[in-house]
Amino acid sequence: MTKTLLSLSGISKQFDGKTVLDELSLKIDDGEFITLLGPSGCGKTTLLRMMAGFELPDRGTVTLSGMDITQTPPESRPLNTVFQNYALFPHMSVFDNVAYGLKMEKRPKAEIRERVEEALAMVQLEDFARRKPHQLSGGQQQRVAIARAVVKRPKMLLLDEPLSALDYKLRRTMQVELKRLQRELGITFVFVTHDQEEALSMSDRIVVLKDGYIQQLGTPREVYERPANVFTARFVGQTNFFPGRVTAIAGERISVDVFGLNRELSMPSFRVTMNQPLHVLLRPEDIRVLAPDDTEGVAGKIVERNYKGSTLDSVIELEDGSQVMASEFFDEDDPTFDYSIGERVRVSWVDGWEWLLAEEGDEPLTDEEELAADDAEH
Amino acid sequence: MPWLSRSYLALVYLLLYVPIVVLVVFSFNDSRTGYNWGGFSLRWYESLFNNHAMVQAMWNSLWLALTAATVSTCIGALTALALHRYRFRGKKALNGMLFVVMMSPEIVLAISLLGLFLLLGLKLGYVSLLLAHVTFCLPFVVITVMARLTGFDERLPEAARDLGASDFTMTRTVLIPVIMPALMAGWLLGFTLSMDDVVVSTFVSGPSYEILPLRIYSMVRVGLKPEVNALGTLLLVFSLAMLMLSQWILSRSKQ
Repeated sequence: MTKTLLSLSGISKQFDGKTVLDELSLKIDDGEFITLLGPSGCGKTTLLRMMAGFELPDRGTVTLSGMDITQTPPESRPLNTVFQNYALFPHMSVFDNVAYGLKMEKRPKAEIRERVEEALAMVQLEDFARRKPHQLSGGQQQRVAIARAVVKRPKMLLLDEPLSALDYKLRRTMQVELKRLQRELGITFVFVTHDQEEALSMSDRIVVLKDGYIQQLGTPREVYERPANVFTARFVGQTNFFPGRVTAIAGERISVDVFGLNRELSMPSFRVTMNQPLHVLLRPEDIRVLAPDDTEGVAGKIVERNYKGSTLDSVIELEDGSQVMASEFFDEDDPTFDYSIGERVRVSWVDGWEWLLAEEGDEPLTDEEELAADDAEH
Repeated sequence: MPWLSRSYLALVYLLLYVPIVVLVVFSFNDSRTGYNWGGFSLRWYESLFNNHAMVQAMWNSLWLALTAATVSTCIGALTALALHRYRFRGKKALNGMLFVVMMSPEIVLAISLLGLFLLLGLKLGYVSLLLAHVTFCLPFVVITVMARLTGFDERLPEAARDLGASDFTMTRTVLIPVIMPALMAGWLLGFTLSMDDVVVSTFVSGPSYEILPLRIYSMVRVGLKPEVNALGTLLLVFSLAMLMLSQWILSRSKQ
C-alpha cells in the first residue's frame, strides 16, 4: 500500500499576469521516482520551486505527510533540492559544502564528520573532500550537489534538471547512478526534465505538463504506449499520425479507414461515432516495411535511410505525400531488409499495435515548431 | 623589429618610474638642496618624525581614510545589494545619481559640500571631512560590489535556504564570503581615494584637523624640502604594502 507523501491541490500561479500553473493537483507517493516532464515554460520548474518553498502559490495548498506547508519557508521544509547548475558554495571545500546543512541543524562535530564522509562515499568522492568546487569536473560537482542534498536525510529530494549541463555519456552514467541512489536511500525523488528519454528510463511515474496543466500522469510505459492526447504523443518519443475515419462500429470492434486500408481495431476508451475522424498513432518501431509486391500495406518509397547501429531508421513517403518514420531492428539475414533510397516499398503494421486518439480542436505544434518556440524562449 | 618595440617599452617604463626613483634616492640625500648628491643619510626621515605637526597630520589622514573607507564600504555594499536584489521605484534614478557623483568635477562637489556644511552650521573638522570623503568614495564601492553581484549565482542563496539557513545566516555564511573580494577591493579603493584627496579636503577641513595631503601641499608652497621626499617614500612603501596585501588576500580567496 503506497502512502501519499506530498500532495498539491488546486495550485494556481501567475507571473506578471501570465498563468503558469492552473488549478493543478498532484499526489506524490512515498518512495517513488516521479518525473515532471514538459517543454520549457510548461510550469514544471515553478511546480518544483513551490514544493521547495521558493515560490508561493496564488491559490491552492501544499501538504507534506498531511501537514499544510503552503506558507512554510524553504529552510523549515524537510525537503532538499539539487539545483540545475549545482549551486555549490564556491568559497567552501567539498566537505564544508556537504556539511552546511548539518551545521545549520547544529549537529555535533563528530556526527557531522561521520555523516559527511558517509555521503561523500555514497557518491564516490571521499578523496575529494578538501577540494574546492572549481577544482572538480561537472560530473563531480553534480555528485557533490547530490551528497549535499541527501546528507540531511530529507523526506524528498527535488532535482531541477540536474543532468542538463552534462555531456551525453556522463548523463547516461549519472542516470544509472541516480536510480541506484534512489533505491538505496528509499527517498522520494521528484525529477524535472525536458528530456523525454531521460524521463522514460528513470521514472516510476511521469507527469507530462504543458501550459500549467497536467496532460498525462502515468508510468513510462503508459505514457509512451497509450498517450492521453496528441501533445503527449508528439512530445514523448516519435510518432506517426495516420489520419483515420470510422467506417463501422460493432460491439468492441470498430473498422477504421486508413490510407484506403480498412483495418479492424478494438474500441478506444473514448466514444466514437460513425465517420468520425481519428488519429491512428504508430511508433516508428511498430511500422513494418514490406516488399513492393506484398499484398498488405500502403505503397510508398524510401526517401531517407539512417543507420543507427542497432536499428535502421527510414522515412517513407506515401503516395499522398505524407511521410512515415520507420525504425527496424537490424537483421542481416533478412534479404528484403536493405532498401535503398528511392526504392518502392509497402508500409504496414501489426494489428493491435496502433493507438487511437480523437482529433482535438486546437492541435498542438509539431516537433519542429515546438523546438523553434523553445529556442525563441532561451 | 623587436628592438624597436623593446626600446619603446623601456622608454614608457623609464618615464613612469624615473620620478619615483629620483624621489626615493633623494630622500636619502644628505645635501640640503635637491640638485646634488651629498652622501647617504637618514636625516630627512629623522626630521620628518621630529616634525610633530607632520606626524599628527599623518595619523589624522590614516584615521580618516580608515573610517571613511569602512563607512562607505558598509553603506555602499548595502546600496549595491538593494540595487541588485530588489525592484523598486526610482531604482534607475538612484543608479544614475551614483554616476553623477562619480563623474562630476571634484571642485563642484567640494563647493556644494562646503555650502551644505555651512548651511547646517557644521563645524569644519573631522566630521565634515568624513562626510565628504564617504560621499565621494561611495559610488566607487557601489560599482565594485555591483560588478561582483552581477556574476553572483542567484541559486546560491536559495541553496543555503534549502539546506536550512535563515536569511540572516545565509547572508553571513554565503553572500558576504562570496562578495568579500569586491568588498575588500571597494574598501581599498575608498582608502586610497580618501588618503590622497586634496580638492574636496581643502574646502571642508578646518584648523582643528589637519590631514597629510594638505600639509604636504602647504609645505611645498614655500619650497621643496627634502623632508617631502622622505614622506613620499614612506607613502610609496605603505601603498605597495597595501597592494601586496590585497593581492595576497585575493589569491587566497581564489584557492
